[in-house]
Amino acid sequence: MRNAYLFLALFFSQQAVAESANTLLKKYELLAKQENAAFVGFAADKGERFFHAERLHSDGKKVSCATCHTADPRKPGKTRANKVIEAMAISVNPQRFSDEAKVEKWFGRNCKDVLERACTAQEKGDFIAYLLSIK
Amino acid sequence: MKKWLQFLVLITSISATSALLASGGFSDNSKQAMPAVANAKWKTECSGCHMLYHPGLLPERSWNKMMAGLDKHFGENASLDDASRDEIARFLALNSADKQDNRRSNRINQSIPAGATPLRISETRYFTSKHDEIAASTFKRKSIGSAANCVACHQAAEKGDFSESQIRIPR
Ligand code: HEC
Ligand code: HEC
Ligand code: HEC
Repeated sequence: MRNAYLFLALFFSQQAVAESANTLLKKYELLAKQENAAFVGFAADKGERFFHAERLHSDGKKVSCATCHTADPRKPGKTRANKVIEAMAISVNPQRFSDEAKVEKWFGRNCKDVLERACTAQEKGDFIAYLLSIK
Repeated sequence: MKKWLQFLVLITSISATSALLASGGFSDNSKQAMPAVANAKWKTECSGCHMLYHPGLLPERSWNKMMAGLDKHFGENASLDDASRDEIARFLALNSADKQDNRRSNRINQSIPAGATPLRISETRYFTSKHDEIAASTFKRKSIGSAANCVACHQAAEKGDFSESQIRIPR
C-alpha cells in the first residue's frame, strides 16, 4: 500500500513537470510573437541545431551549449569546474524546466557565456522544444 | 498536483536537514573543524557550478569582493538578483574566516597578508603550504580538474572537514 502511494506521488509529480515545461513554452510563445510578428512556432530541429552550434567566443575558445551539457542531452554534463550537471532531456530529468526563475537565471547566464548576448524567446522556445522531444 | 510536489520537497528537505544535524552539527572537536553552517540560498546558488565552499575558508573582505563581481566570476557569469546576492553576502561575511574561532579558519586568515584580498582559497599561502607535495599534473587529472575542486580529494570538504582521515586522491 505504501508503495502504491509512493508510485502515485511520483507519477503525478512527473505529470506536473511535463505540464510546467509546456506552460513555460506558452509564455515564450507570447514573447516570441512580440519579438517577431511573423513568428510561426517553435521547432525541435532548430533547437537541436542551436544546442550544438559552436561559436568562437571573443576569448578565443570555441563554445556551444553542448560544451557543458554534452552532445547527448540524455547524458550528464560537466561544468568548467568539473562538477557534474544532471541531464537536460526532460524524459531523463523531469526536474528540468519546472522552475521558471531557475530557467530564466540560467538562460541569462549561459546565453551570455556562449553567445555574448541574451537569447531570444524564439531560441529559448526551440531549445525547450528540442529537450522535450528527446525520448 | 502542486501539493504533491510541495509535500515531496518538504519530506526531502526534512530528512536532509536531520542527516546534516546528526552528522556534524554537534561535533566535539569544534575548535579544530569548521562549524556546520546553513543557508538555503547559498546552498542552491553557490553549488551549481562547483562544490560548496565553506564561508570559513576566506576572510570577509574576500567574500565581499567576490559577491560584488559575480557577473565576472572566474571567467563566468554567476550573477544573481540583488536580494539573493545581499542575503548570501551577509551569510558569508557573518561566517567568514575572520569571524571564526576554529583553528583552520584562523590559520587561513593569518596566512593572508593584511593588504591582500584573495578570491581563491587555492591561492592562499595556507593552501599552498599544505599541498606543496602534490604535483601540478595531479590537480589536472580528469577526475580532479583543478586545485579548486577540493571535494575530489577531501570527501567531507563541503562540511568544512579537511581532516586527514577524509582524504583520498582519485586516480
Ligand atoms: C559553462 C558551462 C555551461 C554552458 C556552456 C551552458 N550551460 Fe546551461 N547550465 C550550466 C549549469 C552549471 C547549469 C545548472 C546546473 C543544474 O541545473 O544542474 C545549467 C542549466 C541550464 C538551464 C536550466 C534548466 C533547468 O530547468 O534546470 C538552462 C535553460 C540552460 N542551462 C541553457 C543553456 C543554453 C541555452 C546554453 C547554450 C547557449 C547553455 N545552457 C550552455 C552550465 C552551462
Ligand atoms: C556559473 C557558474 C558558477 C556559479 C553559479 C558560482 N561559481 Fe564560483 N567558480 C566558478 C568557476 C568556473 C570557478 C573556477 C574554478 C576552477 O578554477 O577550477 C569558481 C571558483 C570559485 C572559488 C575559488 C575556488 C578556489 O579556491 O580556487 C570560490 C571561493 C567560489 N567560486 C565561490 C562561489 C560562490 C560563493 C558562489 C555563489 C555566490 C559561486 N562561486 C557561484 C563558477 C561558478
Ligand atoms: C589532489 C587532491 C587535493 C585537492 C584537489 C585538494 N587537496 Fe587539500 N590536501 C590533499 C592532501 C593529500 C593533503 C594532505 C597533505 C599532507 O598531509 O601532507 C591535503 C591537506 C589539506 C589540508 C590540511 C589538512 C590537515 O589537517 O593538515 C587542508 C586544510 C586542505 N587540504 C584544504 C583543501 C582545500 C580548501 C582545497 C580546495 C580549495 C583542497 N584542499 C584541495 C589533497 C588535495
